[in-house]
Parts: sequence; C-alpha cells; structure tokens
Amino acid sequence: MRDVAVRFGGIVALSGVSFDLPSQQINALIGPNGAGKTTLFNCLSRLYTPTSGDILFEGQSILSRPAHRIAEIGIGRTFQNLALFQNLSVLDNVRIGNHCRTRGDYISDALALPWSRSTEKEIDHKARQIIRYLDLQSVMHRRVGDLPFGTQKRVEMARALAADPKLLLLDEPAAGLNHGEVDELGDLIKHVRDDRKLTVLLVEHHMSLVMSISDTVVALNFGRKIAEGTPAEVQNNPDVIAAYLGTDQ
Amino acid sequence: MSVNLEEAAEHPAVAVDIETRPLGRDRTLKILFGILIFVVAIALPFVTKSFFVFQVTMVMIYAIAILGLNLLTGFNGQFSLGHAAFYAIGAYTAAILMDKAGISYVWTLPVAGIVCFVFGFLFGLPALRLEGIYLALATFALSVATPQILKLSPLEHWTGGVQGIVIMKPDAPFGLPLNQDQWLYFFTLIVTAIMFWMASNMLRSRTGRAMMAIRDNPIASRSMGVNNSLYKATTFGISATYTGIAGALGAIVVQFVAPDSFTVVLSIALLVGLVVGGVGWIPGAFFGGLFVLFVPNIAESISKGLSGAFYGLILMLLVFIMPTGVAGFLALIRHKVLRRGA
Repeated sequence: MRDVAVRFGGIVALSGVSFDLPSQQINALIGPNGAGKTTLFNCLSRLYTPTSGDILFEGQSILSRPAHRIAEIGIGRTFQNLALFQNLSVLDNVRIGNHCRTRGDYISDALALPWSRSTEKEIDHKARQIIRYLDLQSVMHRRVGDLPFGTQKRVEMARALAADPKLLLLDEPAAGLNHGEVDELGDLIKHVRDDRKLTVLLVEHHMSLVMSISDTVVALNFGRKIAEGTPAEVQNNPDVIAAYLGTDQ
Repeated sequence: MSVNLEEAAEHPAVAVDIETRPLGRDRTLKILFGILIFVVAIALPFVTKSFFVFQVTMVMIYAIAILGLNLLTGFNGQFSLGHAAFYAIGAYTAAILMDKAGISYVWTLPVAGIVCFVFGFLFGLPALRLEGIYLALATFALSVATPQILKLSPLEHWTGGVQGIVIMKPDAPFGLPLNQDQWLYFFTLIVTAIMFWMASNMLRSRTGRAMMAIRDNPIASRSMGVNNSLYKATTFGISATYTGIAGALGAIVVQFVAPDSFTVVLSIALLVGLVVGGVGWIPGAFFGGLFVLFVPNIAESISKGLSGAFYGLILMLLVFIMPTGVAGFLALIRHKVLRRGA
C-alpha cells in the first residue's frame, strides 16, 4: 500500500495512506465510522480506483487489473453487509468462489463436454471440502437467503476460501454476531490463517476481537493513517484514543 | 399486468438447483413422469388431428423462444421487451435462405442461431450500461423498430416488403411414413429437446452459476472473478440465439413470414409466457408456450368481440392464483404433498 489517496468529487476519503501487510499475519484496520476503512478495502479489490498512489501485491501493481481479475492473483474478500448470491444454494455459492481458478465456456458447458464435466467435478470436490472445513454440510443444499445471519457469514467465508486466496480481506466479520459467535470467529480466523498459510486483513469495530487475534493493527481517521503497530502499541497511542473518545478542545 | 418485473427477477420461483436436491421418492416420480411425457410426445401426432399437431408444434416453438428470454431475464437478471426482434431475425434468416438460396430448412436453424447471436451480443454491449426498467425500454425500442425496418423498400428484394415471404413446407426425409405436419412436429420436438438439454447443462455448470451470480449480486460476482460485462453480453447473444432458432422454426412451420407478425405484441406475449411459466425455471417455458398459443384462442371462443378483455381476465386470474407462475405453484403443491407424506 503506497500513498493511496481516494477522492469522491471534493470529498477526500483517503489521503496518503501507506502500510505493509506482513505475510501470513493477521492485520487489522481500525478507525471510527467514515475513517476510510471500507474505501481502502474497495481499492484493494479494485471496486474503486485510487486517485493517486499505488497498491502492490507480491511486488506487482494491481491497479492495471480490472476488478474481476483480482481474485485470480490471490486476493479474496468478504463484504460488510454480506454480498451472497441469495437465491442460490450454499453449495453453489461456494462453487462460484472457485470461478477464478477454473476455465470454461458456454459451448463446452452447454454440451457437457468431457473437459467441462471434469472441471465441474473439480469445482464440486473443492467446494464440498471447504463446506466440510467450515462445518456447513447440514445446510449445503439450502437457499442462502433462508439461512440465519451468522451462518451466512460462514458461507461468505467459505466462498472466499474457495478461490484459494493468499490475502483474505474480511470486512467487519464480527458485525451482527453475538458474544459466543465472535469468539468462535476469532478462533476460525486464526485457524484458517494457520491451515491455509494466508495473510488476513480485517476491518473491525469489535475491539476485543481485534486485540486478541491481530498481529499488527493500522488505525485510520479521516482518511489518514494515525497509528500502526502491535495491538498494545496502537491501543495506547494518544491519537487513537483521541479518535475514539474525542479530544478536549 | 400486475407483476413487478424487478421483483420477479430478483426472486426466481425456483432457486436452488435441482441437481443438488436430496434424492428419494422425488426421483422415482421424476423418472416415471419423464417416461410418460416421452410416450405422450411420440404418440401425440398419430392420435390427434393435423391442426392440433400444428398447434403443439407451435407451443414447442414458443417454449424455445421463452426459454431464450428466461436465460436472459430469469437467470441473468436482464430485461427484454425486444425478443420479437430476434424472433423476426431468425424467421427472416430462415425464410430468405430457403427462398433465395434454396438452402435446406435444416441448415437454416444453425445459421439463424449464429446471426441472432451476433445481433444479440452487439445489442448486449450497449445494454450493459442500462439496468432494469431502462433496459426494458431500450429493448422495447428494438421491438418497435424491427417491423418497419423489415418493410423498408431497399430491403424489399430480400424481405418481400409488406408481402413477406412464402416458403414451402418440407416433406419427411428418408421416406418416413409421416405427413408434413407430423414430420415438422418430430423435427421441432428433436430441436426442442436439444435446446432444453443444452440450457439445462449450461445452467448447472460454471457458466450458469456465473450468470445467476451476476443476477443475484453483480459486485460480489466481480470479486469472485466473473467478468460481468462479457457474461452479460454473451448471455444476451445466447438468449437471442434461442429465440432466433425458435423464429426460424416458426417460419418453417407456418410457411410464411411477414413484418406484422413480429411486432411488440409478440415481445410482450413472450414476456407474459415467461412470467406465467415461472421466472428462472426451465420447464416453465412449456407452460408459457401453452399460454401464448391457447389462451388467446380460449378468450376468443368465449367472446369474439371482447376477446382482449377475456384474455386480460384469464391472465389476471392466473397471476392471482399463481403469483410466482406455474413454477411456484407446483413447488407449493409439492411442498404440501411431501409434508403430508412425512
């Protein structure tokens, strides 16, 4: 992340934000509402194009890539308010996660040609593996839209993992979960990181979760980076405390 | 029509794929049902009158056209009130090839398909910028323009202008003991079976999932690596291919094409058929085809002077009884029966 700035019209959403994500670590991005966390996420998944600056992933700039070619280089994500394919089954949602890892075309698929069938088998195998991994077997054939919120969040995680990401972006994974679920989520994120050797960047308001699982924390406020370091360092940073609690003028 | 289109496309009646449903008694029933349909389909032209055979042939043709619209609207979330244009292009391609080039009717179908794919794909590109009701309007314009373009005098040498083109009905090949209507019935049946088989394969595969992903959440589908623009434009092309092949078959079966058969009324009829059958459900196209062909006749038999009013009344009743089309209605019945059985 190098000097990234985003402006929407006259509004500066991000200005000159730079930081590195050490690989195979859990990195958290914190900050009050409107600090630019989700904007930054959307730049990383190329839904937004930064006005200036550059984003490097494994030494290569990702800015020349359109949004649909981000998954294939190994950046996967979940969304703040869930962005699942509501009318499809859990299995199909996870299968779509694997889209960027496979090839196919209309004609081969329509004629069910041998290579199309073997691709399907591969996708199916992969999807079922991840569904087992995240313990979603019992709801595999259910329509996603009919499932409880917490389960949908797991489905979204499964869908992201189906693409074999190297960097997993989690946008407020704890939002809307109860206490027990948040603890489970923390364990799950750590577990996934260890098992799959991936780097995690999460945006989160839930401070106890951030502090308990993160290796590094970056704090944003009004589109600027105000602190970076270990959870303890950031927690004691006066600017961060001021941003969260307000300052005496 | 009191159906909210946007809502219909966002909430397809049958969502979860058939293939992954738990098997069991359902499957046996399905096989028995399949055998029954097969037997009826084979026997039908030998036990009914010629005109009825013709009508059933037309039902299949409309079913293919509606399936094309369903691929676009039901499975990809793009609207079209312009499918009469693709139907017309398919019909005219077949008619001109047979009339001017003397090409066999069989080969006019793939050609019509390819021509319509190109038109559909090209139309799909600007359509990428339009959503929902605005896309419906743009495609509506296509429907309005097509009959007039077909009547243009510079094209008259090919299209026959207002007169249209009359074509010959083909005989059964290989000395099969079938009359022309029976043969066209079987020919259409084979084409229909292939088209539906291909659509169902497509929708169960990676391609179909990408189409439905775009319908349900375009931002998420992009983040999963789906090239939304390419898929949407290609789906438009495929949809036009289906409807165009239906148009070509229609021209062969009716033995006649004329500009005024392909007005916006046909586009709306196809859309009505889609909604009545069930948005996002493949077999719904057959019910849609039945509706498109028979309901206007039924309305006319009730009252010649007020046939339009009775058509409207029947439509309203159907929408009231089955708000999600035949698809949702059958799903509801199945659900009730299964619960009683359990």
